[in-house]
Amino acid sequence: LAAQLSLSLAECPGTGSAQAGRAAACQGCPNQGLCAAGAAGPDPAEAAELRARLRAVRHTVLVLSGKGGVGKSTFSALLAHGLAADETKQVALLDIDICGPSIPKMMGLEGEQVHQSGSGWSPVYVEENLGVMSVGFLLSSPDDAVIWRGPKKNGLIKQFLRDVDWGEVDYLIVDTPPGTSDEHLSIVQYLSATHIDGAVIVTTPQEVSLQDVRKEINFCRKVKLPIIGVVENMSGFVCPKCKNESQIFPPTTGGAEKMCQNLNVSFLGKVPLDPQIGKSCDGGQSFLAEAPESPATLSYRSIIQRIQEYCEQHHLQEEKIM
Amino acid sequence: ALAERTNLAGVRHILLVLSGKGGVGKSTLSTELALALRSAGKRVGILDVDLCGPSIPRMLRVQDSAVHQCDSGWVPVFVGQDKAIALMSIGFLLERPDDAVVWRGPKKNALIKQFVTDVAWGELDFLIVDTPPGTSDEHISTVEALRPYRLLGAVLVTTPQ
Repeated sequence: LAAQLSLSLAECPGTGSAQAGRAAACQGCPNQGLCAAGAAGPDPAEAAELRARLRAVRHTVLVLSGKGGVGKSTFSALLAHGLAADETKQVALLDIDICGPSIPKMMGLEGEQVHQSGSGWSPVYVEENLGVMSVGFLLSSPDDAVIWRGPKKNGLIKQFLRDVDWGEVDYLIVDTPPGTSDEHLSIVQYLSATHIDGAVIVTTPQEVSLQDVRKEINFCRKVKLPIIGVVENMSGFVCPKCKNESQIFPPTTGGAEKMCQNLNVSFLGKVPLDPQIGKSCDGGQSFLAEAPESPATLSYRSIIQRIQEYCEQHHLQEEKIM
Repeated sequence: ALAERTNLAGVRHILLVLSGKGGVGKSTLSTELALALRSAGKRVGILDVDLCGPSIPRMLRVQDSAVHQCDSGWVPVFVGQDKAIALMSIGFLLERPDDAVVWRGPKKNALIKQFVTDVAWGELDFLIVDTPPGTSDEHISTVEALRPYRLLGAVLVTTPQ
């Protein structure tokens, strides 16, 4: 059995591939039915619906990790705030972490509900130009556990993309849960109806995080999702009193920078630990606004700018091709 | 059914380490708990059901080990200073350590069931089950598969914020 399992692990063509459910290694796999039926992705009618709904979205950025607790939601929230600082830009933040939705709290929107109109579900607006959607808004109480298996989670993610009236959006940022599973496969497959500029991958410096992040990088390559770059969070702590720098999570194997060199992936920058970040998140405020002079703010802003430049360049290239 | 009862029949207590939140130290605690119990003379096993991000093999420095079979099923990898802690993780089944396990729920559920029923744990005082963040397939399947056995309870891990 162990030999059989190891074999199928090696030969699984991937749930997103054209061979999904049809390769020799698929025989006897519990996923075979789902993969072969193409239930993994949207059917043509659904794809057309999604394409129509997302037509007015100019740029889409996925925030991924593989590892939990590294700062994906924090980063997604600050990326959204950072981009929305330009009042001429319309920003949308979609939280597809169904089991642990952090975005409502971080954006100061706890307790908000989703309203419906003729044109679909209305996002919850933090600012006029910053709209948010999360399963958190659908719970009757914030402590309600969403104990769902994959298929039900996929269904909600599809609804988020199909039924939310995002309107004209310059940047759609998608915050994801840790891992490489249903949510990640689904978002990539559903968004293939439109296009994804790329993924920003967040990590912390230690090897235990990096080993999960390398898997995430491989996931991106497997599903042909471009990688905008990697952000190293919680990278050092400068004591405000003595100014001494400590490595709270020592990069025993060279940190994200070395990993990026080895895997030929862009390194977007390091963000140091700042206790104010956690406080701002708990308080639903933008850390960038509450601590504009913090070294962490300067790092975030520089990284956000690089992401913006990547998206603009990407857009120019696409226009050239068209 | 007889084989299933045999593999976990010798395990006195089963302890789940849960959180909901990622990155709070579940795997770290699972590892330290196992090592501490072992120091106290207990027979310990760790079942790592984090299929997407298995951290335990690296923490116990056995990431290059492989899993073998015996008559009663899979033989766990023995770790720790005296090689007396039994460990099972998907990490041992990967061809390359950076291979992403990109599986949907049903396939994850099937493997978890196998981990519970097909690993020859032997006589253990404690089986510690390390879980991924969330409340989804892995958690539902693990609790369902372990329900017939002596589930001691869950330790929940968090950070202050």
